[in-house]
Amino acid sequence: MRKLLSIALIVLLSACASQTTQPDVDDLTSGAGNGLSGSDLMGSDSGRPSYFNQLNDPNSILSQRSVFYDYDSYTVASEYRELVLSHARFLRDNPAASVILQGNTDDRGSREYNLALGQRRADSVKNMMILSGAQDVQIESVSLGEEKPRAMGHGESAWSQNRRTDILYRGE
Amino acid sequence: MLMSIYCSKSMRGLLFLFLWLIIPSLHAQLNIEIFGGGASRIPITIVPFAEENRLQQSITPVISADLQRTGLFRLIDPAGSSPHAPVEVVYADWANRGVNALVIGRVTHLSSDQVEIQFRVMDIAKKSQLTGLAITVPTTQLRAAAHRIADVIYEALTGDVGVFSTRIAYVLKRGNKYALQVADADGYNAQSIIEYTEPIISPAWSPDGNQLAYVSFENKKPVVYVQTLSTRERRAVASFKGSNSAPAWSPDGKRLAVVLTGQGGSQIFLVNTDGSGLQRLSRSSSIDTEPNFSPDGRYIIFTSDRGGSPQIYRMPVTTTESSNAERLTFEGNYNVSPDYSQDSKSFTFIHRNNNQFNVAVQEIGSRQVEILTNSKFDESPSFAPNGKMILYATEINGHGILSAVSRDGQTRQQLSVQTGDIREPAWGPLPKWK
Repeated sequence: MRKLLSIALIVLLSACASQTTQPDVDDLTSGAGNGLSGSDLMGSDSGRPSYFNQLNDPNSILSQRSVFYDYDSYTVASEYRELVLSHARFLRDNPAASVILQGNTDDRGSREYNLALGQRRADSVKNMMILSGAQDVQIESVSLGEEKPRAMGHGESAWSQNRRTDILYRGE
Repeated sequence: MLMSIYCSKSMRGLLFLFLWLIIPSLHAQLNIEIFGGGASRIPITIVPFAEENRLQQSITPVISADLQRTGLFRLIDPAGSSPHAPVEVVYADWANRGVNALVIGRVTHLSSDQVEIQFRVMDIAKKSQLTGLAITVPTTQLRAAAHRIADVIYEALTGDVGVFSTRIAYVLKRGNKYALQVADADGYNAQSIIEYTEPIISPAWSPDGNQLAYVSFENKKPVVYVQTLSTRERRAVASFKGSNSAPAWSPDGKRLAVVLTGQGGSQIFLVNTDGSGLQRLSRSSSIDTEPNFSPDGRYIIFTSDRGGSPQIYRMPVTTTESSNAERLTFEGNYNVSPDYSQDSKSFTFIHRNNNQFNVAVQEIGSRQVEILTNSKFDESPSFAPNGKMILYATEINGHGILSAVSRDGQTRQQLSVQTGDIREPAWGPLPKWK
């Protein structure tokens, strides 16, 4: 068993070394280079900024994290405006906070095209946040397309749940 | 310890990979069903080879299934007659039974783990041998040998290159697990290349068949990886801020077209396969995605909604970015997922009509469109390297399955798996010896 573990360790450590061969990024702001890497999402509780209390207060609008859309639409509907603006103001007032915005779509049609449609949803939330005082560096907008449905099945009740943008705070 | 903190996230994935390497995965097999077929099939009899029954894996049933799947052959039972050498063939009898081509052969056991397979294709009308071959293979490679023999028969009788020795890649979803799998073109010998609890989409074969590019969501967002099949070594090729997706190999295997969102919108870029040399290719305020290279590497066809609805466009591959592209599709308001045929004359894609998503083919010169399927949710069409079949994903009873349709739409086959959803198929290139 000990031998197996040591083999496992060697495999893992050597694999770690090969992880350094990430692509250079000149033109685009790297996801990894500015503290916005995905691994930060797994951050520990120790040293957790106090602003998280406010974000998770169920009486605060900041505890609401999803924007839903009509079919074929990526504009933020008026009913979600206050939600998005509240998060934008929060980011403005807490420059150390950062978010990842995940756009999602229903499952009709091409997976890659849906990925691009989901990106448009996340981008529209990002643009609204930046216009309201959040900084570009605080926000990464990405898309999960149709790959991570909240509700399964075909039909409008499932689809309407899946056409959305989720707001995730880094380190949460 | 510092090391483990530094790469704790990637380690989880690697540990998973490591566990996978020591725990054999369940090998799902794909079954093939044929729904229809063309009128002018070639009548052929394949006589079980002499001494074949001593093998663990029979040869001729694999050959028969390969040929039958194309829809180009009508298999006639040998009905008790079993010649193994040309002198044993009574041509008049076979002619009376309507047989055009007769396949005979013999297996010679060279050692406990090696055999020689001799076979001949006899032309019944001309009373002569059309082609023949003797191949020596280890007993672990009998299916591969059968596919090679099927290729030789197919090529002799149709004049086209056979694709029975190629491989396919696809994503298998079982429960909350996603496996990127590679299988023989008949669905056997499925192997997982990587398994994760997060989605994998858009596998794309390198032109030499040694690597797969794909999109993984293991890091809360889409990232493009390239993985070498023999070593399982993989690297992130596009992991920029925003989403990274839709990899397509250039025909020389040196670059990938990818779709990135870090500069705003979903736009097409070129990147070297080591992640260096990023170059923007498309510039529009619309969605530009699903790039696919022409076989000569001079053009990229892609999906764009610059005209208001998703349509397929073509642009030249140059060293500067371009905002111009030629629109190729005009029928309907949803045409996506283009894939060039190897002869550059046509492309296959998904066409939506009355809320049905179907496989279609368009000739580039004449713009003539043929819709080849009649199912509801077809996705990801991919040409066989000889251009005679198209592999695609579809849905039956809420489950994702693979299906293949002949280029003329006359023959359709289902490749179904017992449990799980199969999606995102990609037909691999011809093996190097072709």
